[in-house]
Amino acid sequence: MDPAVPAIGSSLPRVDGVAKVTGRARYLDDLDAAGAWHGATVRSKTAFGVLEAIDLDPAFDWSQVVVATAADIPGANVIALIEDDQPALVKIGQRVMHVDEAIALVAAPTRALAFEAAKHITPRVRAMTPVYSLEDALACKQPLYKDTNVFKQFLIRKGHEADAELDAAFARAAQVIEGTYDTSPQEQMYIEPQAMMAEWRDGRCFIVGSMQCPYYVHKAMKALLGCGPDGVVITQSVTGGGFGGKEEYPSMLAAHVAVLAAKAKRAVKIVYDRDEDIAATTKRHPCRTHHRLAVDAAGEILAVDIDVVMDGGAYLTLSPVVLSRGVLHAAGPYRCPVVRVRGRVVATNHPPHGAFRGFGAPQTTFAYERQMQKLAIARGEDPLALRKRLALRSGDTTATGQLLGFSVGTDEVIAAIEGVAGTAPTRDGTGPTGAPVRRGRGVCFYFHGAGFTGSGEQRLAGRATIALTTAGTFEVRSSSTDIGQGSITMFTQIAAGALGVDASLVSVIDPSTANVPDSGPTVASRTCMVVGSLVDQGSRALAGQLQTWAAENGLGGRPLLEIAKARSAHGELTHTVQYEPPPGIEWNDTTYTGSAYPVYGWAACLVDVSVDLDTYEVTIDRCVQAVDVGKAINPSIVKGQIEGGTLQALGWAVLENVVYKDGKVANANMTNCIVPTFADAPDLETILVEVPYPFGPSGAKGVGEIPMDGPAAAVANAVENALGVAFDRLPISPEAIAATKSQWSPS
Amino acid sequence: MKVTLTVNGAMHAVEVSPWKRLLDVLREDLRLTGTKEGCGEGECGACTVMLDGEAVNSCLVAVGQCDARTVTTVEGLARGDVLHAVQKALVACGGAQCGICTPGIAVCAAHVIDRGLVIGRDEPSARAQVRELLAGNICRCTGYQLIVDAVIAAAREVGER
Amino acid sequence: MTSYLRPRDLEEAVVARAAYPNWMVLAGGTDLMVNANHKPIPGGILDLWRLGEIGFIRVGDGAIAIGAGTTWHEVERHPAIRDRLLPLALAAREIGALQIQSRGTLGGNIGTSSPVGDSLPVLLALDATIEVASVRGRRSIPYSTWCTGYRTSLLASDELIVAAHIPLPGAGTWTTWRKVGTRRAQSISKVMGAAAIILDGGTVVSARVALGAVADRPIRITAVEDAVRGLSLARAAEAARAAVRTSIQPIDDIRSTSVYRREVAENLVARFFTSAAGVS
Repeated sequence: MDPAVPAIGSSLPRVDGVAKVTGRARYLDDLDAAGAWHGATVRSKTAFGVLEAIDLDPAFDWSQVVVATAADIPGANVIALIEDDQPALVKIGQRVMHVDEAIALVAAPTRALAFEAAKHITPRVRAMTPVYSLEDALACKQPLYKDTNVFKQFLIRKGHEADAELDAAFARAAQVIEGTYDTSPQEQMYIEPQAMMAEWRDGRCFIVGSMQCPYYVHKAMKALLGCGPDGVVITQSVTGGGFGGKEEYPSMLAAHVAVLAAKAKRAVKIVYDRDEDIAATTKRHPCRTHHRLAVDAAGEILAVDIDVVMDGGAYLTLSPVVLSRGVLHAAGPYRCPVVRVRGRVVATNHPPHGAFRGFGAPQTTFAYERQMQKLAIARGEDPLALRKRLALRSGDTTATGQLLGFSVGTDEVIAAIEGVAGTAPTRDGTGPTGAPVRRGRGVCFYFHGAGFTGSGEQRLAGRATIALTTAGTFEVRSSSTDIGQGSITMFTQIAAGALGVDASLVSVIDPSTANVPDSGPTVASRTCMVVGSLVDQGSRALAGQLQTWAAENGLGGRPLLEIAKARSAHGELTHTVQYEPPPGIEWNDTTYTGSAYPVYGWAACLVDVSVDLDTYEVTIDRCVQAVDVGKAINPSIVKGQIEGGTLQALGWAVLENVVYKDGKVANANMTNCIVPTFADAPDLETILVEVPYPFGPSGAKGVGEIPMDGPAAAVANAVENALGVAFDRLPISPEAIAATKSQWSPS
Repeated sequence: MKVTLTVNGAMHAVEVSPWKRLLDVLREDLRLTGTKEGCGEGECGACTVMLDGEAVNSCLVAVGQCDARTVTTVEGLARGDVLHAVQKALVACGGAQCGICTPGIAVCAAHVIDRGLVIGRDEPSARAQVRELLAGNICRCTGYQLIVDAVIAAAREVGER
Repeated sequence: MTSYLRPRDLEEAVVARAAYPNWMVLAGGTDLMVNANHKPIPGGILDLWRLGEIGFIRVGDGAIAIGAGTTWHEVERHPAIRDRLLPLALAAREIGALQIQSRGTLGGNIGTSSPVGDSLPVLLALDATIEVASVRGRRSIPYSTWCTGYRTSLLASDELIVAAHIPLPGAGTWTTWRKVGTRRAQSISKVMGAAAIILDGGTVVSARVALGAVADRPIRITAVEDAVRGLSLARAAEAARAAVRTSIQPIDDIRSTSVYRREVAENLVARFFTSAAGVS
C-alpha cells in the first residue's frame, strides 16, 4: 500500500481544517449573491388563536420592500415532513398555534430595512385559551391536534400480554423502586444561526443554506412550490453546527426565502438573529417519565413499567420519531424479563420541539439511570457493580425482544471505567473560596441504538456514489452533510483507504440535490456507520471496476492510480451503492418488537462533583466517558464528537434551560439562555472502546449521539451521593439544590 | 463619516455611519467575512478581532471609534501561507469542528499566546489559565478539550522559537 | 445620521456634553452596543474611548484614583490595585471575559449604574468617591449616595465621570469580594458582594458590607454593619447572616429566585467574616 494512504484508525487532520482556521470557509451569510435582498419574518405574539387579519402600517413606506403572506405560496402551504400539519405561514382564518409562529415575510435591500418593515406589520389574532402543561394537553379540554392532543403513542410489551401479568410480576417483587423524572427543554445553540438563501433562475428555485438534510428540504420544497424534483435544487453551505437543530427547521427558512425570492424577483437571504433563533426554532422535547422497577430478593430485575410523556409543541414535526427512540431506550441496557413501556407525545402551544442530539434517548436515559442509582442505594450495592451485574450482554434480549449478538461492549466500557476510577472523593471538604463543599461520585451505564429505528434504513434505501472524474481524481457524492462532526474527513479517509490512494486525490463534494444521490439525512448517528459503509463498498467496487477495465485494456497489474489516469481519459466512471440491511434484522412496526436498531453503542460514565455550600453551585471535578464506538475511523474526530456531546449533556444537567413564560421563550438571548464556557467545562477524559460491528466500515458504528445520553444522570447521581437527596428534575441548578437544603444528609 | 482604519496591515477608508458595528464594516464594506456573528450581544466571541492589540468583540465596537486605529482579523493571523502557530495547532489537534467559532478562538488564542499569557506546558494550572483567558469564546461542538490542547501546544511552539 | 465626536481633551468633552445632552456617551460599548444593529440610532456619539485625561491609575498616599476610562483589564493587572484593592481586581477579573475586560470601563459600570454592575459593591464597601466634571466645574460625590434607583444616579445630564477615588484600606482592614453568576465566566451576577472589615485582633471594630443584584441598585447593608460592631468574627458572621435575612428583598427573575438570592447573600456575607479569621 502507498504509504500516503490514510490508515483507518489514524487521526488524519480535518480536510476542512485550514479553511476554517483562516476564516476562508464560507458560511451562508458569507456568500455574496449579486443584488441579494434580506428577508425578515413577522411572527405571532399570541400563543393560540385565529389569525383574522395582517395589518400593514399605512404610515410606513412600503414601496421599497416586498411583503409575502400565505397567499403567495405557489403549492401547498405545509412544511412536508411526517405529517403535513405545519404551515409555512399562517393563513388568514387559520389558527395560530404558538408564539413566534411565522405570519408574514418581508424582503428589502438591506437587513435593517427588512427588520424595520417587519415591525410595521401587525398580525391581528383573536386569542383562545392556550395549552402549556402536559396535564392540560392530555385532559384535552382544548383540542389542538385531532380530538386527543396525542401526536403519537407507543406501547412496548415484553414477557407479558396483559397488564395483569405485569401486575403479578410487581406483586412478586421484594422491592419496587418508583420515581418521576422531569427533563427540561434544551437549546441546540449552534453558533451559526439558521441561514438560507434562494434565487429563481429559468423557473427553477435554487436554495442554499445551513442545513443537515438537503433531501428533507427538497421534499418540503417540492410540496410547497408545487414542482417536480428538478424544479428546486437544494445545496448545503458550510454549516456552523446543527446538533439536530438544523434537521427539520431549515425547511421553514427555505420556504420563506423561496417565496420571497419569487416575489422580489431576485436572490433573498434570511439569517436569523440569535434571539429570533432561540425564540422560534426547535428545542429538545421536555419530558416526564414515570418509572417503576421491580426486583427480587437477590436484586434481579423482575419487571419495569415505564410511562413517557413528551411535550411535542404546536405541530407534529419529528415528535413521533423522537418519542419512538425515547421509548425504545427507556428500559435501558439491562436484563429484564417483563417490560411495559407506554409513550405519548402531546400537542401544546409551545413552539414545536424537535430533533436534538440523542433524540428522545437522553430523556429516558436520565430516568432509568436515576432508577438504577436508587436501586443501588436501596440495596447498599456499589453502583457500578450493580450495573455490571444487571447489564445486557451478547445472548440477552432487549425490551423489544432483540437478541444481542455482536458488538456489545458492556464489559469493555465498564472495565474501562473501573480501570481509571481510583478512589472516590472525600465527601466533606473546603473549596477554593474557603467555602465548605460536599463531594460526590456518580456513574451511569447506557446504550444508544445506531442508525434509524427498525426498518427505517430499508425504507429509505440510501445511496452514495463514488466517481472517478475526468481529471483522474476521485469524488464521494452523498447527501450526508458535514456540520462539524467531520464526515468529509471521515469519508475521505474511508474512500482513500478502500481505493488505496492518497487522501489528496479524494474529494467529498458539497451536497446538492442536483449532483448527489439521496443518502438519507444526516441524523441518528448513521453517517459513518451507514453512509460510510456505502462509501467503503462503493470505493472497493470502483477499484474493482478499474482493475477489470485495466485487464481488458492491457494495463493489468499496474498501480490503481495509473489505471485511473488512463481510464479517466475515457470519461467519468461512477459506482453507486444502495443500502442493504444486514442479515437478521427483523422489525415489527405494529407490535414494536424485534431489532429496533442494527447495533448499539455502549457507554459508561463517571462523574465527580463538588457542591459549594455557600452558593449551591455544582462543579464537575471529573468526567470520564468510555464509549464503545465499534471502530474509531479517525480517533481525534471521534474524541471531539464524544467530548462535545458530553459537555452538552453536562450543561443540560446543571445550567442550561429554556424557560417558557406564557408560551414564549423568556430567555431568548445568549446572555440568559446559557451554555457552558471554557471555564465551566472540566477536563474531559475520553476512553475509546472498540468492539467492532461487522457491517460498519472497518467495524465502526454510530457515535454522534451516544455521549449526550448518559452524563446528566451521572451528575444527578453524583450530587445525590454528595448531599443525600435525590435530584429527579433537570436542571440541577443552584436554586434547585438550595431548595433541598433541609433534607441533606448530616455532615 | 469617513473612517480610516488599518486592517491586517492595509489601510482602508470607508464612508459609513459611526454607529455601524465594526463587525459589519469588516464583513460588508471590506468583505472580510472570516469574522463571524454568533449573537450580536458580546456573549459568544465569534466576532473577536484585535483592536489596537487588544482582543475585543467587534459586534460591540462602533466603527466611529476605529478611526485611525488598527484591527487584526482572522485573515491577518497567517503570514502569507504560513499559519500562526495556533491555527496550525487547531488543525492538528482537532480543535475546529463546525468552525464557526474558530476565527474568534484563533484570534483570541493568538493574542494571549503572543502576549505570553499562556504557559506551553500541559499541566492543570496552564489549562485553567487557558480556560479563563478564552472564556469569552463559546464553542458548542468540541467540549473545549481539544482546543485547550491546541492552545497549549501552540504556546509551547511559540515559546520554543 | 449620527454625529460623532472624539474630543481631544476633557474640556472639549464637557463642552460637547453640555451642548449635546442627548448624545450617547460611549467608551468601551460593552453595554450600549449590545444588539446595536437593532437599537434606535443615536443622534450623536461622544466617544470617550482612550480619552487621556480619564485613562489613568494614580496611586496616592491614602487613595488610588482610577480614571473612568480605565478598562477592567487594566484594573485587574495593575500591581497596586492587586496589592491594595484586591476586591476591585477580583471583580475586574470576573466581569465578562477577556474581550469584555479589554473594553469595559470603570466609568461605564458607574455610569450605567446597573444593580448587577460587578464593581459597584466594591466601590460601596471601599467607600469610594466619584469625581465628575462639567462646564460648571468639578465635584466629588460619595459613592454611597451615587445610586438613586434602578439604573439612575446623581450624574447630571451635562456631567461626565472623571474618576473614582478609592481610599486605601488600613493595615487592620480585611477586604473581600465574591460573585455568584449564572456560570463561571461571561455571566451576569445573581448575587455578589464586597466587604471591608476593620479588625482589632479577632474583634470587628466596624465593617462596610455591600451587595449587588439583590435590590434595584447596589446597596450597603447597614443592618449588618450595625450588628457586627464589637463582636468576634464567629459571632459577627452569625449576626451578619441574621441581619442580611431581614434587610433585603431580592426579586425572582429569569436568572434566579428571590429565595436563592437571599440565602446566598446570607452565606456570602457570613463567609466574609469567617474568612477574615484566617488573616487577623
